[in-house]
Amino acid sequence: MNAWLNQHLLAARDAARRLIASPLGTLLSLCVIAIALTLPAAGWLLVDNVQRTARSAAGIQQISVFMALDADRKAAEEIASRLKANPPGDWRFVPREEALKRLQGGSRMGDLAAGLPRNPLPDAFVVEPTDTSPAAMERLAKSIADWPRVAHVQLDTDWVRRFDAFVRIGKLFVSLLAGIFGAALVLATFNTIRLQILAHAAEIEVARLIGATDGWIRRPFAYYGALQGALGGLLAFVFINAGKWLLAPSIAELAQLYDASFSLQGPSAAHGLLLVACGALLGWIGAFLSVSLSLRDPK
Amino acid sequence: MITCSAVGKRYPGGLTALDGVSCDIAAGEMVFITGHSGAGKSTLVKLIAAIERPTAGSIVVNGQNLAALRGSALPYLRRNLGLVFQDQKLLFDRNALENVLLPLAIIGTPMREATRRAQAALDKVGLLERAKANPIALSGGEQQRLAIARAVVNRPAILIADEPTANLDAESAARILDIFHAFHQVGVTVLVATHDPQWSGRAATRELRLAHGSLVA
Repeated sequence: MNAWLNQHLLAARDAARRLIASPLGTLLSLCVIAIALTLPAAGWLLVDNVQRTARSAAGIQQISVFMALDADRKAAEEIASRLKANPPGDWRFVPREEALKRLQGGSRMGDLAAGLPRNPLPDAFVVEPTDTSPAAMERLAKSIADWPRVAHVQLDTDWVRRFDAFVRIGKLFVSLLAGIFGAALVLATFNTIRLQILAHAAEIEVARLIGATDGWIRRPFAYYGALQGALGGLLAFVFINAGKWLLAPSIAELAQLYDASFSLQGPSAAHGLLLVACGALLGWIGAFLSVSLSLRDPK
Repeated sequence: MITCSAVGKRYPGGLTALDGVSCDIAAGEMVFITGHSGAGKSTLVKLIAAIERPTAGSIVVNGQNLAALRGSALPYLRRNLGLVFQDQKLLFDRNALENVLLPLAIIGTPMREATRRAQAALDKVGLLERAKANPIALSGGEQQRLAIARAVVNRPAILIADEPTANLDAESAARILDIFHAFHQVGVTVLVATHDPQWSGRAATRELRLAHGSLVA
């Protein structure tokens, strides 16, 4: 146990020494790894932010309930009392007169509305349900449609569904991107380690001749790959934060133009840890493959 | 300790390096493998150290049949052998002490104890003062002694050397011989392949003479 721990400590120290020994090469490798990790991670954050913003925009999802044209105010009061008795969320009554006035006030439709012989608009209700999931919205819309004198119920979930589909595609795309760049990271580490193995060929040959196991030979390289990957992940975290910092003013301006209050979310410390862990794992895999391949020549 | 039964080694291309060699080396013996250049001395040493595999016959070292040994078990066999190579195979990116530390690092000896043992091994071959020197700065004889220190630092039961005095003057060679003799005195099985005539008959307890791949004496 002690010997095992000692060997791991020595291997880790050896790996750290090799990283420090060639600072320029290490820096270049770290940048390659960081870029490979930054692109999919930033893409994921972007999709996540778009989805988050859309979800909060979806909070103003409404159900519009239109009464029949010949329904009187009493029928509307009946609906109002039903909504009052069992409120599904916020709701308000829009009398037909108010609706017409709003139509007349509008720039384009104003003239047209003024020329109408009588008010063509029905009384209406606008309901903003608390539960905005598409299924719950649809259930609610269906039950209101069955209420007396209700002519039409309009539900605006279609765009949410379409948008969700887009987000799903976006996430799939980012996943593919992550797969490709992950493979690139493994290959980059593979190559770095291959060069290292060539540089340490004499040491490896001697070590094998005097009783080193494949595991012993592989260990410092595996630590090197993992350490390099972890540092690359850390650098990617810095890159993403820098990007966020550069984008933040523009996004705040855009949000202000839309009277919205959204800002870029993340990356959190947990995201940072995830990046470091992914980098370490992929680097370790690359190193492992590289050493295993070169150890296959029998000695 | 080492038993060879009808060992043959034929290289691709038809060259027969060894043919039907049988020998038995007991624990604690000191044996010289002699013969002309190309007689198969190095080949026999390589087969016993499992660096190469025989194409005929079987070799048993330390109770283990090398032919049946799995690749993953090979390192553990090698740890019981102290190997001194013809070309020393020293590492020039580290000093003498660090060269001797390598076998101990492989078995995971704690640093403090490893350093103590490596220094003791250097002391045995008379190189303790040169511990911090790079092997490139050592003379041929010193390099060979350093290689011996690395081979014995693990306290192996068997010490195997291939032409350890090949390029040394008589004085350095005699010193190497004395060192091997000292290890033999403390019970180590010593096996030395050499073409150097001054070895035979002097300190050897036994001589295996090879000619054209076969044992003649």
